[in-house]
Amino acid sequence: MKLTLRIWRQENASQPGRMQPYEVDGISRDMSFLEMLDVLNEQLILAGQDPVAFDHDCREGICGACSLMIDGQAHGPQKKTTTCQLHMRSFRDGATIDVEPWRAAAFPVVKDLVVDRSAMDRVIQAGGYITAPTGAAPEAHAAPIPKPAADLAFENAECIGCGACVAACPNGSASLFTAAKVNHLNTLPQGAPERETRVIGMLAQMDAEGFGGCTLTGECATACPKGIPLASIATMNKEWLRAQRKATR
Amino acid sequence: MTAFSEYTAYTEGDPIADAKAPSGAVQERWDTRRFEAKLVNPANRRRRKVIVVGTGLAGASAGATLAEAGYHVVQFCFQDSPRRAHSIAAQGGINAAKNYRNDGDSVHRLFYDTVKGGDFRSRESNVHRLAQISVEIIDQCVAQGVPFAREYGGLLDTRSFGGVQVSRTFYARGQTGQQLLLGAYQAMMRQVAAGGIELHPRTEMLDLIVVDGQARGIVARDLLTGAIDTHFADAVVLASGGYGNVYYLSTNAMNSNATAIWRAHRKGAYFGNPCYTQIHPTCIPRTGDHQSKLTLMSESLRNDGRIWVPKAKGDSRSPEAIPEDERDYYLERQYPSFGNLVPRDIASRAAKNVCDEGRGVGPGGQGVYLDFGDAIKRLGRKAVEEKYGNLFEMYERITDEDPYRVPMRIYPAVHYTMGGLWVDYDLQTTIPGLFAVGEANFSDHGANRLGASALMQGLADGYFVLPATISDYLARTAGAEPVTAEHPAAVEAVRQTEERLAAILAVDGDRTPDSFHREIGELMWELCGMARDESGLRKALARIPEIREEFWARIKVPGTGEEFNQSLEKANRLVDYFELAELMCLDALHRTESCGGHFRVESQTPDGEAARKDEEFSYVAAWEYTGLGEPPVLHKEQLDFEYVHPAQRSYT
Ligand SMILES: Cc1cc2nc3c(=O)[nH]c(=O)nc-3n(C[C@H](O)[C@H](O)[C@H](O)COP(=O)(O)OP(=O)(O)OC[C@H]3O[C@@H](n4cnc5c(N)ncnc54)[C@H](O)[C@@H]3O)c2cc1C
Ligand code: SF4
Ligand code: FES
Repeated sequence: MKLTLRIWRQENASQPGRMQPYEVDGISRDMSFLEMLDVLNEQLILAGQDPVAFDHDCREGICGACSLMIDGQAHGPQKKTTTCQLHMRSFRDGATIDVEPWRAAAFPVVKDLVVDRSAMDRVIQAGGYITAPTGAAPEAHAAPIPKPAADLAFENAECIGCGACVAACPNGSASLFTAAKVNHLNTLPQGAPERETRVIGMLAQMDAEGFGGCTLTGECATACPKGIPLASIATMNKEWLRAQRKATR
Repeated sequence: MTAFSEYTAYTEGDPIADAKAPSGAVQERWDTRRFEAKLVNPANRRRRKVIVVGTGLAGASAGATLAEAGYHVVQFCFQDSPRRAHSIAAQGGINAAKNYRNDGDSVHRLFYDTVKGGDFRSRESNVHRLAQISVEIIDQCVAQGVPFAREYGGLLDTRSFGGVQVSRTFYARGQTGQQLLLGAYQAMMRQVAAGGIELHPRTEMLDLIVVDGQARGIVARDLLTGAIDTHFADAVVLASGGYGNVYYLSTNAMNSNATAIWRAHRKGAYFGNPCYTQIHPTCIPRTGDHQSKLTLMSESLRNDGRIWVPKAKGDSRSPEAIPEDERDYYLERQYPSFGNLVPRDIASRAAKNVCDEGRGVGPGGQGVYLDFGDAIKRLGRKAVEEKYGNLFEMYERITDEDPYRVPMRIYPAVHYTMGGLWVDYDLQTTIPGLFAVGEANFSDHGANRLGASALMQGLADGYFVLPATISDYLARTAGAEPVTAEHPAAVEAVRQTEERLAAILAVDGDRTPDSFHREIGELMWELCGMARDESGLRKALARIPEIREEFWARIKVPGTGEEFNQSLEKANRLVDYFELAELMCLDALHRTESCGGHFRVESQTPDGEAARKDEEFSYVAAWEYTGLGEPPVLHKEQLDFEYVHPAQRSYT
């Protein structure tokens, strides 16, 4: 396959960026999207040019590092698939492909396609855990958990923290990411004691980081590679209202 | 004399007389050690600093636990978030001797299975402790909200893994590593918020600072700005993972690397059993030269999938066109009592053998079938989907084939390194104050790791073992002088690091870092991979210094060191891979027996199984660095077996 790529190049956070065209040839349909970028980078290095910076690590769709807007879609055209698991067979020979970083107020660009997502870690720091210091745990079978609750928790716990939901959202909201963690932990009996402080703390941090508000456009769930359901946001909002009521009582 | 013959002329130093495990009955040793350990007064802990390099299962659990105990933790990872450490990718599960199934499991059986699975090349004291602690790990993770798979009654589900006949593997669909890591990461995040952990993501340790013989700090590079800085502490913990990426293609994450442990080795930490690498039997075969990594298909698939190849050589019919009696279910045939669940080393070699015979399937004949046809008939598609759905999806995404209809094609790939920094029973290296946990150490798996045991070991080390033993060290070193960036040892370490990076940038040659990584990787896969022999290893040892020389003449890294520069990161890691590769080959050359994952062609039983030589090789090989390209010194730690008697492993 032969392709034209238009890639966002930006030296660092303080310089302006621009789209830059590149040609790549000899691309195999079995390559992943990132392997295609590897080919481009090998070319650029040998030509003495700066290779395109992008985040990646596991290349298995689980670490959440990869993060590209491909033709305006977070993680590209294939549903429930991260960029690293997207293969070139999803594209036409001769196609022109636009590649950009996640764009959101809370994700400043670091270089080229790499952004700073540390705001998501800080949202977790604000309550996205269960306080269970090492050594204090009761026997695992002491409290059975009904399978439906365990399954619901699991479904939400699958979030890989990639930030595609934020990038896809017209408001740059991190509601789906935050809701995934609130639902994971608040569904479980172990998470109950911190149920209210968790949702209040995480949502307050989300606002403080400059993530936008949720207007339920649903773009996040469409972009999410792990299929975190939109309904999780509604549940999180209910949890928040419940927590507020409890706090003012 | 050529550089290579010099290097192979290693000498033997003093044996390691004492790995510091307490004496007494094996089941009491850990209690004894904990009781003997000195404690640090809670009021003094805030003033004691510990550096933790790594945020995988081992590092995250260690960092969180030490901070909970009140120590001041300074923690590093090279990813943008600690949650992305390579542990996140572990799929299949974590072992624990809970015996919830009432199927005859016990701490003793897990101990026995692990010593035997490791082909009698691990320490009984360590393995027994691991088996004891396994039980507490599950409790700890459940308390954190890790959503393990459950049955309809609400209790935890388990499954079987290779090399054992009980069902003791706890799992969270095909994402067990992710869920366990998120549990530990969240505990870490709680400590970051509470001020117990000072976190440095996107920061890579490039050297260790040793002062008066003690590990007191690290040199690290801020990957965003390129700034090189020093960090100091009372002790340093390396939780930096394994070194499988020496082979370029492996199931490890792209950025996993050996720099932290190799730099520590150069500073005096012995390296244990570098040649013990694990080749995992069930990975997706490579499709071409562009391949950047290999993807594992969890071993749990062997619970229900049946492995086969055609009986006839060069049979190119599609799998469904091959009738039942023309299929060779070779594992079930050769190992009737374990069948498809033999340990990894055995399954991998068997796959290689049938492919070498010309009976492999798929492009290049480098593959065998893993067939779910029978399982779908027996259990129904829905049950199979419930258990393995995400793995099947992943397979289809990569290969464009639907494993519900067509058998998967799999082939062995480099997966895990049993070798690593030598540590004593306290997980302390030969440099006082330097500890190694998780895959970075060599400790518990001998010559072959059983499935679902790395997660167990990483969390045992981080949650339970290290916090107990490091406090003993800290208590004994109370009152140590603080070290600053002006200390000559720190100044020298920074200077060397800066010089190394500048030298790489200065070459301005005509080959990319990846091209060198591929070259060393292919060499290692071919000559120090699934089967090793003397002539091949000697060839590799002759070739590696040449590649290294070529690197310093031809490497090309654009840009500067004072910016975000991913090519520079890669090139710098290669410098360490070349040296490590050399030591791996030397270790493999010196160990003329076969054991576990280390298969010396010269040492096999008449039916092709690994033949150990216990009289000669029942020891840990701990190597001491003496200088670049200089012959290292071998220190042997004798392994004695009081409880599990070494025997030829049999899984038939
Ligand atoms: C695909 C796959 C599936 C697996 N499945 C299973 C399974 O089902 N069950 C099982 O038991 N085991 C499994 N394993 C093995 C297991 O996942 C690993 O052995 C284990 O997770 C290693 O954990 P760790 O904490 O030691 O290191 P890692 O998780 O590798 O973490 C290393 C950490 O160190 C940091 N680091 C490294 N070097 C530096 C440096 N120089 N400076 C700063 N930071 C550094 C990294 O950023 C990272 O945070 C699997 C492995 C793979 C590859
Ligand atoms: S909710 Fe989905 S899109 Fe958002 S961070 Fe999690 S996995 Fe990524
Ligand atoms: S690189 Fe890990 S999810 Fe894509």
